[in-house]
Amino acid sequence: MLQLSFTRKHRPPGGKRATLAELRNGEQAVLERLDLPEDNARRLMELGFLPGNIVSAAHSAPSGDPRVFRVDGSEVALRRETARHMKIRVTD
Amino acid sequence: MSDCHDCHVNSVIAPPPRVRSLARKTVALVGPPNSGKSTLFNVLTGLRQKVANFPGVTVEHRTGFLRLDNGREIDLVDLPGVYSLDPRSEDERITRDALSGSIEGIPRPDAVLLILDSTNLGRHLMLAASVLGLGIPTMVILNMADDLHKRGGSVDTQQLASQLDAPVVLISAAKRQGIETIRNYLEGQFAVPRPVELPILQDVPRCRQWSAKLGLRAKYRPPAPPIWTRRLDRVFLHPVAGPLVFLAVVILVFQTIFSGARPLMDGVESLVSISGTWIANQLPDVWWRDLLKEGVWGGVGSVLVFLPQILLLFLFIGLLEDSGYLARAALIADRTMARVGLQGKSFIPLLSAYACAVPAIMATRTIENKRDRIATILIAPFMTCSARLPVYTLIIAAFLPDHPILGRFLGTQAAAMLGLYLLGFLAAVLTARLLKSSILKSDRTPFVLEMPPYRWPTWRFLALRLLDRAHVFLRRAGTVILGVAIALWIMAHLPLKEGKAPPIEESVAGTLGRVVEPAIRPLGFNWKIGIGLLTSLAAREVIVGTLGTIYGIEGDAVDGEASKGLQKALQRDLTPAGGLALLVFFAFAMQCMSTIAVVRRETGGWKWPAVQFAYMTGLAYVSAFAAFHLF
Repeated sequence: MLQLSFTRKHRPPGGKRATLAELRNGEQAVLERLDLPEDNARRLMELGFLPGNIVSAAHSAPSGDPRVFRVDGSEVALRRETARHMKIRVTD
Repeated sequence: MSDCHDCHVNSVIAPPPRVRSLARKTVALVGPPNSGKSTLFNVLTGLRQKVANFPGVTVEHRTGFLRLDNGREIDLVDLPGVYSLDPRSEDERITRDALSGSIEGIPRPDAVLLILDSTNLGRHLMLAASVLGLGIPTMVILNMADDLHKRGGSVDTQQLASQLDAPVVLISAAKRQGIETIRNYLEGQFAVPRPVELPILQDVPRCRQWSAKLGLRAKYRPPAPPIWTRRLDRVFLHPVAGPLVFLAVVILVFQTIFSGARPLMDGVESLVSISGTWIANQLPDVWWRDLLKEGVWGGVGSVLVFLPQILLLFLFIGLLEDSGYLARAALIADRTMARVGLQGKSFIPLLSAYACAVPAIMATRTIENKRDRIATILIAPFMTCSARLPVYTLIIAAFLPDHPILGRFLGTQAAAMLGLYLLGFLAAVLTARLLKSSILKSDRTPFVLEMPPYRWPTWRFLALRLLDRAHVFLRRAGTVILGVAIALWIMAHLPLKEGKAPPIEESVAGTLGRVVEPAIRPLGFNWKIGIGLLTSLAAREVIVGTLGTIYGIEGDAVDGEASKGLQKALQRDLTPAGGLALLVFFAFAMQCMSTIAVVRRETGGWKWPAVQFAYMTGLAYVSAFAAFHLF
């Protein structure tokens, strides 16, 4: 939690590369790259997490993890351990 | 099948000519999770279906039977929900193998019904690329038409059909709209599709581009976001209100299966015993009259009594799953369950295990991840199920005088009971940790949980599910329990002495008790307890009745005077340390034929029930030994 808020505070505006784990409820970003083993990346891509797609963050469990993401017409919840390997370009 | 087919695209196809062919056909039903596949399967086949596991794996498949208006008979095989036919995951490999006819017992399908969610067509059409590439006659079914139209979406099915060179139909399985078109298709001559231009399947972005292009040509307009789902999620996933709703649901489920089912269970029990007595009274005094009454009827009764709990639990799970709330509950519970290496979807099954492990294990079907599912199945019987209660009550009452600890609220006996609940819970948590850090270490598959839009559950499908669960439970667990009950009865009544059953200590069962005595002596148990342990292999609470029989105490041993007599008899035979050891033994041991039968069924073999039985019995033995000697 602590480290997350730190990252948020120091995130420069604009196109700085961040990960899906840093998106908060209501924010959206363009997915850029999945830094995951091929099989897992493939699985996530089948669910809509394709590079170039717009992903927006929605509600989360009370602790903030896992979080629901809206992508390609559906809502999928991911744990932070997965989301932080998914690089984004923030569009705000 | 995997590579690009650079072939021509065919134009609109005419409806296939009807034929009067009576040859039985096999048709496979394929579709992604949440596409309404099981709903369509139920609509098409009704109750004429049977469940089986694929050879050697935990994935089950259903086969349903349909007779069409032209007399043709169809075996409809429901395959696992998949997003693609990528052979790297078990479900997908099985679906692919089943479609190519390389699975024993499932003929290569003559046709495929491919069901997709029309409200999410862009993504779901990717599966069409994989399936159409197989060259099997395929009908593409776009489900959830009502939802699509309500939310302002649309699609030109004729255009899509000509693009895919396959018949396309827009239906609503839950509302039973468009089903006739599917039946007409099944009556006709299955036309082998001419290969259409398909993307390279390994390349997901290319596949998605292909389906986007296809959607564009079919004038697909995706529906507006589901407003009600968004509104409801604002409450159900609210940081404060969300957990409160979750807690309320949990309490409601627990309360209903734990105490709400009680009157129904008592009703079933007395119905069985009254009918048993009545039948016995109609029969002449022959030796098999008691076998029928005590063995068969008692055996059937011990299974039937679980039925109300199972039905209530599945009613709840059905409501939660069909409405879409189960996914939200799993999201909320995930963090807590992750601490022991499990995941959100394990929560409801484990909660249900407090009532009975049998429905709990059946409820693990909602967990798609195989390792998480097996881990949940393996720890579920540690939860203090209702069958342990009569045993705990008897032993605690016999060895622990009730003193108040916290005034009127908590006495020593209630505290002991709570302690036993805690003991079972701790064993489950530690076992989960052990399993998840060793043999069931999570494969690197990331945890993904799709949040389906909220929908009204339909009573018809809830009822179908309940009937199906009841059927599965009664047939599989019932046969095993019945066999054991009869065997036990016979062993307690043989060898005959002067044409009559011998006293229990001279029967086969009594001899067996003496045989096991050396093994259980270190735990502080004698041969009488030994018989009880043997008979309680059928079901835990059976030990109470068995001890009653052994000590020659008449009547219902749990309440009233008989119970006092049984307590006295136990005090004579067991030291307090032995009593504690017996409690610990019951907390850990897997003494339940129904559970073993259902684990075998759900995991598709004897391997997991054997591991589980050995582990739990071993743990029970070692812990009871420690309890007896350290106390």
